[in-house]
Amino acid sequence: MTEFFQSLGMTYEWAWFVATISGILLIALPVMLAVALVIYMDRKVLGAVMMRRGPNVVGPFGILQSFADGLKVFLQETIIPSAANKGIFLLAPIITFTVALLAWAVIPFDAGVVLADINVGLLYVLAISSLGVYGITMAGWASNSKYPFFSAMRAAAQMISYEVSIGFILVCVLLYANSANLSVIVESQRGHGFGMVNGYFFNLLLFPMWVVFFISSLAETQRAPFDLTEAESELVAGYQTEYSSMAFALFWLGEYANILLMCSLNTLLFFGGWLPPLDIPILYAVPGFIWFLLKTVFFFFLFSWIWATVPRYRYDQLMRLGWKVFLPMSLLFVALTSGWLMLTRYGGAA
Amino acid sequence: MLVFAFYLFAVLVIASGAMVIVSKNPVHSVLWLICAFFNAAGLMVLVGAEFLAMLLVIVYVGAVAVLFLFVVMMLNIDFAEMRAGFMKNAPLGLAIAIILLAELVLGIGAYRAGKLELGTPLGDAAPVAGASNTENIGMLLYSDYIFLFEAAGIILLVAMIGAIVLTHRERRATRGHQNIAKQNARRPGDATVNVKPEVGQGVEL
Repeated sequence: MTEFFQSLGMTYEWAWFVATISGILLIALPVMLAVALVIYMDRKVLGAVMMRRGPNVVGPFGILQSFADGLKVFLQETIIPSAANKGIFLLAPIITFTVALLAWAVIPFDAGVVLADINVGLLYVLAISSLGVYGITMAGWASNSKYPFFSAMRAAAQMISYEVSIGFILVCVLLYANSANLSVIVESQRGHGFGMVNGYFFNLLLFPMWVVFFISSLAETQRAPFDLTEAESELVAGYQTEYSSMAFALFWLGEYANILLMCSLNTLLFFGGWLPPLDIPILYAVPGFIWFLLKTVFFFFLFSWIWATVPRYRYDQLMRLGWKVFLPMSLLFVALTSGWLMLTRYGGAA
Repeated sequence: MLVFAFYLFAVLVIASGAMVIVSKNPVHSVLWLICAFFNAAGLMVLVGAEFLAMLLVIVYVGAVAVLFLFVVMMLNIDFAEMRAGFMKNAPLGLAIAIILLAELVLGIGAYRAGKLELGTPLGDAAPVAGASNTENIGMLLYSDYIFLFEAAGIILLVAMIGAIVLTHRERRATRGHQNIAKQNARRPGDATVNVKPEVGQGVEL
């Protein structure tokens, strides 16, 4: 895009600056729009599972419901509890929201359609997703109230636990793709399964890792059945209890942006990103962007489906699953994957 | 542009470092520390060490500082008591600070002199030309420094096991212990009985 702005007669620095800013807007605004639509979809799926209609009043099929909710929240009064630590209380939702948008910088939506095509893209995503915990922890502490604080402690422990196994899973994918660049990872999945299927999902060594990754991404985004940080029956609304108005909305948007990010990571790492599911020329007629979107929405549907189906885990079960099941399992698979690649790709030479 | 970014990050690192010491609330101190880590990662990106920058954020910001924050938030710190001993301990703290500064200056001086063969002051020890620094670090760690690297790993492992051994207590007898396999194997039939008592009769359980 820099070349385009240069052709308008700008110097290189200005062209780069304008191109980057417009790139950021081109990603952030559609992501926000997608978040609004995905919240609507979440509620529709939930409604369908529970055999009720879901939102159906505002706009055609209720599709404008999220925007109406946003407007309502925007018009509410911002209440800051007098006992709260004001600075951190206000900083927490901003951090949550910003961090949720930051990671989208390295997500490739189509071949070459990525804001920052960096070599350490996967590590960047891991780094940014490990920041998500701060918004929640700060919110819980700064509220100076019991329930948010419990929620913050839970969130911190939960997210760290599951990040460990996510890290190992990413190592497995990285070993196969031989790169940490997300575009290269997607490209290396072309025809991976039997020379036909695009995606690491059909690999016997990576399929169990995908299952673990999917469950971990539920835990990482605090979705049901791991939504212990906002378990209504125990903690009112968790870390959001003291928040109102736009501060609350920022948490809400950030949370869904994170969920969408995890869905797109599932797509990129295991299901061939923008590539069509099968390596058949006719399927390439559909733009890659559409495939990426379809797969991501499919994963979001799985997230909603699970929310509607599975009861909430107990906290000790959650910790046990993370540390005693997923961690040893993903560690074992790192060893298996590297051993297998050493044997097949690098000819067994130690 | 690069110069501007450098001074921005550098000033922020030093300012947040100062705020870590100056803030009265320990939670604020930890948050400033995180800010310092973050800007240090920015500096690393500027010198082209993007791999190290990401690792700094993942390890220090994502894990270490979260645990700091976790602990500090849960401690109920008496600020008055904490500040009471400040003047008494100030000379000792100053002495330690001077020693550390002297060591730092000496260390950098010795490195500049170039007596050690570990790397060069200009940083041109990279073995693979044209490869990204992720690959370069891998090449160096797993060839030239493999034994040092493995030794560091083993030391960390020992430290981890030590920490677990020190804090682990066998309390199975006093606490209700969860047996997940047993819980999963439990079926409704094991826990409930269907009875149809006669009118006026009780139920024998």
